[in-house]
Amino acid sequence: MTAASGLAAENSARLAPDWAAYLKDAALAALVAALLALPLMGLQTYDIGGGALGIRTHFDWVAIAAAAVFAGRLALRLWPRLHRRGDRRGDTAFARLAAWANRRLFAITLAGIALAVALPFLPFSSRYLIDLGTTVLIYVMLGWGLNVVVGLAGLLDLGYVAFYAVGAYTFALLARDFGFTFWEALPFSGLVAAGFGVILGFPVLRLRGDYLAIVTLGFGEIIRIVLLNWSPVTGGPNGISDIPRPSFLGLPFARSAPEGVTTFHQFFGLEFSPDQRVIFIYFVILTLALVTNLFTLRLRRLPIGRAWEALREDEVACRALGINPTNVKLSAFGIGAMLGGLAGCFFATRQGFISPESFAFTESATILAIVVLGGMGSQMGVVLAAILLVTLPEFGRAFAEFRMLIFGAAMVAIMVWRPRGLLAHREPSLRLGVRPSST
Amino acid sequence: MAYFLQQLINGLTLGSIYGLIAIGYTMVYGIIGMINFAHGEIYMIGAFISIIAFLVLGLAGISYVPLALALVLLTTMSFTAIYGWAVERVAYRPLRGSFRLAPLISAIGTSIFLQNYVQILQGARAKPMPPMVQGGFTVLESGGFAVHLSYLQLLIILTTLVLMAGFSTLIASTSLGRAQRACEQDMQMAALLGIDVDRVISTTFVIGAALAAVAGLMVTLYYGVVDFFIGFLAGVKAFTAAVLGGIGSLPGAVLGGVLIGLIEAFWSGYFSVEYKDVSVFVVLILVLVLRPTGLLGRPELEKV
Repeated sequence: MTAASGLAAENSARLAPDWAAYLKDAALAALVAALLALPLMGLQTYDIGGGALGIRTHFDWVAIAAAAVFAGRLALRLWPRLHRRGDRRGDTAFARLAAWANRRLFAITLAGIALAVALPFLPFSSRYLIDLGTTVLIYVMLGWGLNVVVGLAGLLDLGYVAFYAVGAYTFALLARDFGFTFWEALPFSGLVAAGFGVILGFPVLRLRGDYLAIVTLGFGEIIRIVLLNWSPVTGGPNGISDIPRPSFLGLPFARSAPEGVTTFHQFFGLEFSPDQRVIFIYFVILTLALVTNLFTLRLRRLPIGRAWEALREDEVACRALGINPTNVKLSAFGIGAMLGGLAGCFFATRQGFISPESFAFTESATILAIVVLGGMGSQMGVVLAAILLVTLPEFGRAFAEFRMLIFGAAMVAIMVWRPRGLLAHREPSLRLGVRPSST
Repeated sequence: MAYFLQQLINGLTLGSIYGLIAIGYTMVYGIIGMINFAHGEIYMIGAFISIIAFLVLGLAGISYVPLALALVLLTTMSFTAIYGWAVERVAYRPLRGSFRLAPLISAIGTSIFLQNYVQILQGARAKPMPPMVQGGFTVLESGGFAVHLSYLQLLIILTTLVLMAGFSTLIASTSLGRAQRACEQDMQMAALLGIDVDRVISTTFVIGAALAAVAGLMVTLYYGVVDFFIGFLAGVKAFTAAVLGGIGSLPGAVLGGVLIGLIEAFWSGYFSVEYKDVSVFVVLILVLVLRPTGLLGRPELEKV
């Protein structure tokens, strides 16, 4: 909310509500909503066979949409009156929650890690739950990787999935053509992805931020189109299958191993179970994600991390202080790309099969939504947003269908009401001298 | 030679459509300095509204083609314009003066929202559209290859030229155009001199959306098929056109659009169809690196 409208709300709170004006305003909003809904909601096209279209009317939906907008608009105008006290203190439930989470950061982190480690061994845990946990952790890792670029350095990357794809394909190709195992290929995946990031970033990062957004979007599409059409190498739309699974210090997870190789269950004298591999894969991504987190947290305290955040706040001032913006941005972009590549390598080994379909723009949008919803720069927020985004479709078909609709709307709503994210509680990374009492 | 001419005609047609969308990008960028990522979706919505309007007219029994076209053009432009207005009002206006990335992220959110909104309401399958404007004439025949110019292609190119001329006049010599140029130069000063800045910005979005709606209608007629995902690629290409022509410049947008259309047509005509989209992205990156101001743009001054 802007300062002017905030002031207006405060004034109107003291006076009696101007019902006539509110109702007129809400009625206007409802009229616009009805006009918006009329062609796309009210008239629905459907196939009638033979390549022709029929049309169905749903004017009841239009009426519902208009009524909802009327009520919503009215509520929005009355909201400051109903919540006078909270508004004056300038905090909301979310802000209090964020402040609380920030105070108890260490305890919450420990509890979260403990829960994540214990998850496969809890009594109610199942293969389905562990698989879901693995997916959540992939998104957490991608979110943390993108957070370096978007949250810390303030560069909008709309093609992050390209680096994820580069990492995945690097491992798949190394494994197919040179017989690399997961652990051998992991560093290469990161390096190749970082290389792509630097090559793309070098010419583009000296431009304005908006241009970077659209160039990265284009880059993501280029990678996807090349993967799709360069069939002799990438397998085209069929992708690459039979990607090797990770082994535990050289011990494979299999019922029976070829001559001279000890399997995991033989070495530890356990009964063979396919769940062992699922649990192991879960721990691999948990480790990778935690290392990513530790890495970025440490980087933030280094001069380079401070330079990222300074650059995000004011590029001109940074330049005046002798920071080379291009190099600093390039390092953030490259490190973000590397983390994406590592996650991609893990994704390939977990699926055992990759195809260009897994790396469409929707993936980039999903990862960006996780970072934005969680609060740019907030590590904890990313975890919560990833859990929400991945588990929501599991609650039912309706949620699965409306997931991206809700997240698109939520991205706008968050930018309008809580631009720093749902759980962002921003503290300066560095203070000079004594901590002032009033923040 | 004949093949070259045919690709030229195809490219010009495609380029006209990109140019119409690019005007929306360039005008919004000129006035509030942001890339309206949702503009491609506005174009997609225009295409859907036009297909629905055609169906409704068909049910109403209007079969005289010029009348149907004119009616569909009007309804599509007005309804899509409301979408453009609403997007600005809901997703961008509250963010004026927010931090740098906020409007961009809001725009992406809007884009995702609109895409899924149309997908859920109208279904994910491609919508077919029977050809409305048929026929054409042969321009040239040589070596057994006939160069064909359909009436529809002519219509698309002519409509773009007329709209382009109309809006150039609007910007150059009406009070709205003057207000727009004033806001472009200095929004605060314009507001002090009594220009309703909010209204000018809204009008810009409405005009941009109306032009995108025309492009959507043209594409529906030209390709005869529409789905909810067309806005993504068309948006990126039109944006590339705007950058190539020099962002903020109206003639530049159309010039850029035509160039992009030609590049795409010749690339798929002479090299490979699969990589035609890659060619456009490569042009985008090259222009940004070698000549960020574009062909007709002015260099951007950074004020502290």
